[in-house]
Amino acid sequence: MAWPEKNLPSTDASEKRSLGAGVFRRCDGCGQTLTAGELAATFEVCSLCGHHHKLEADGWQRLFLDEALEPWDAHLVPGDPLRFSDGRSYKERVTASQKKTKSPEAIDIGRGRMDGRAVAYGAFVFAFMGGSMGSVVGEKVTRLFERAVEEELPVVLLQASGGARMQEGILSLMQMAKSVSALERFRKARLPFISVLLHPTTGGVAASFAFLGDVNIAEPKALIGFAGARVIENTIRQTLPPGFQRAEFLLDHGMVDAIVSRLEMKAKIVSILNHLTSNRPRR
Amino acid sequence: MAAFVLPFERPVVDLVEKVRELRALAASDQRFEPELARLEEKTSRLAREIFADLTPMQKVQLSRHASRPYTLDYVKRLFTDFDELKGDRRFAEDAAIVAGLATYHGRSVVLVGHQKGRGTKENMKRNFGMPNPEGYRKAIRMYELADKFNLPILTFIDTPGAYPGIGAEERGQSEAIGASLAAMARARVPIIATIIGEGGSGGALALGVANRVLVLEFGCYSVITPEGCAAILWKDGSRADEAAARLKITAPDLLQLGVVDLVVDEPTGGAHQDHDDAAVRLDRALWSQLTALDGLSPDELVDDRYKRFRALGTFVA
Repeated sequence: MAWPEKNLPSTDASEKRSLGAGVFRRCDGCGQTLTAGELAATFEVCSLCGHHHKLEADGWQRLFLDEALEPWDAHLVPGDPLRFSDGRSYKERVTASQKKTKSPEAIDIGRGRMDGRAVAYGAFVFAFMGGSMGSVVGEKVTRLFERAVEEELPVVLLQASGGARMQEGILSLMQMAKSVSALERFRKARLPFISVLLHPTTGGVAASFAFLGDVNIAEPKALIGFAGARVIENTIRQTLPPGFQRAEFLLDHGMVDAIVSRLEMKAKIVSILNHLTSNRPRR
Repeated sequence: MAAFVLPFERPVVDLVEKVRELRALAASDQRFEPELARLEEKTSRLAREIFADLTPMQKVQLSRHASRPYTLDYVKRLFTDFDELKGDRRFAEDAAIVAGLATYHGRSVVLVGHQKGRGTKENMKRNFGMPNPEGYRKAIRMYELADKFNLPILTFIDTPGAYPGIGAEERGQSEAIGASLAAMARARVPIIATIIGEGGSGGALALGVANRVLVLEFGCYSVITPEGCAAILWKDGSRADEAAARLKITAPDLLQLGVVDLVVDEPTGGAHQDHDDAAVRLDRALWSQLTALDGLSPDELVDDRYKRFRALGTFVA
């Protein structure tokens, strides 16, 4: 008997999703069984207990934008300034992430519409190296603010990042300064910046533009903070209290304006933008 | 000067101490002068040779040296009329950052610097140079004060990083650092930052959004400590040597990457061998950098800073 030919049916990620439809999934919140189709229809929010499961970047675009994003600067891809390797080279890691996420880098930016209103939209792709900020992410956030000034658009930026990207070393740290400088120029134009803090938002992204929104909105239970839990525990030699660095903890401590369920998030942002732009100050 | 000696600096320290003894003798007896000159020359050459071969991690150790001059050691040597200003007007005073007004070559300036402590007691007070949000909010007050009264800002960076603690998170460490970057970005006055020791990540950068960034010869600046990097990459903090090398965090690396504009030479054996000499060298560099910005208008200063950071980063378009 002959060996089967090599061209076995290949499944790409999108097919896998459709293949998975109808398969049952257990809610991480209440443990009830739901179909994957049901969860996908509610943008990964459990219809029984409201638990928010992870939503990928394309899901966020579908949830927030009226039509497909008109991408800006999608051609920017990472260099390798330090020729970094930790056993596996940085280049290999980037290529693997690009393949896995079908995204060129850890953030998508562009022009989109929310309930008819044009916005400069940015969203981190957490699945791409933990949404870490290297030169490309820093450059794209910078261009997002710069272009928003040119086109007089509000900025809606969805944060989900572990922080600065170690593999680009000190240049990653410099992206914090670069992007915040661009945000300062944007602020002078008196355009609104809505910062949406998703799970998780930590490190160098938290400590640069993420908290500098005119309005900061968090997702329920999102992990948001500066230092990682392990680092804090090792420093203070104490166990951290339950709920530490969760969105609710930040709300209690005055660091975010509101916690909004994913399904109500778009309407909330549109409402805030309407208020902020209803009587634009003279420039 | 240097009570604490790292194993690899032993030969240099021995030579430096000999020179010091001879210098004391030469003060009372002129016959030692030629010998002194010869030994000084030899010491300096040997020290350069030995220190040229230091590994990046050894340079990190020098940047953290317990006898290294800290911000206040430079402040008392470079400035007069120092009026320290304290508190963030919101929650507390944070002694891990010192700030105030001072006179520098006849000009009033605003100073902001991380401050480590010498000895356990002072280190407790200074929290080992790791600021809480209050420290950054005090810094923001200073940046705004400088902006309002048109005074140049000089910052001194020397921190392992912003403090990772429960209270720091409760009071918004992230927001405090982010807001600090923003306040520096918009200040319409000259800003010069100098990394005098350890430049630990975002906690250092909050004092680092400057028109010119200088680093002392054995200063370091990194997105993460080598120990932290090794712990994440290899789950093994003891591979910090390797991480330090890969992260490119020493002064020459920083200059090459465009992250700093100038490397300031240190005295033979490092700044900790001679605080006075280190201060003289820093003074020379600071003054020339500051006066070089004299011609720029307030708007041009903001633009200059914007362009400086705008250019940083490597990518393929």
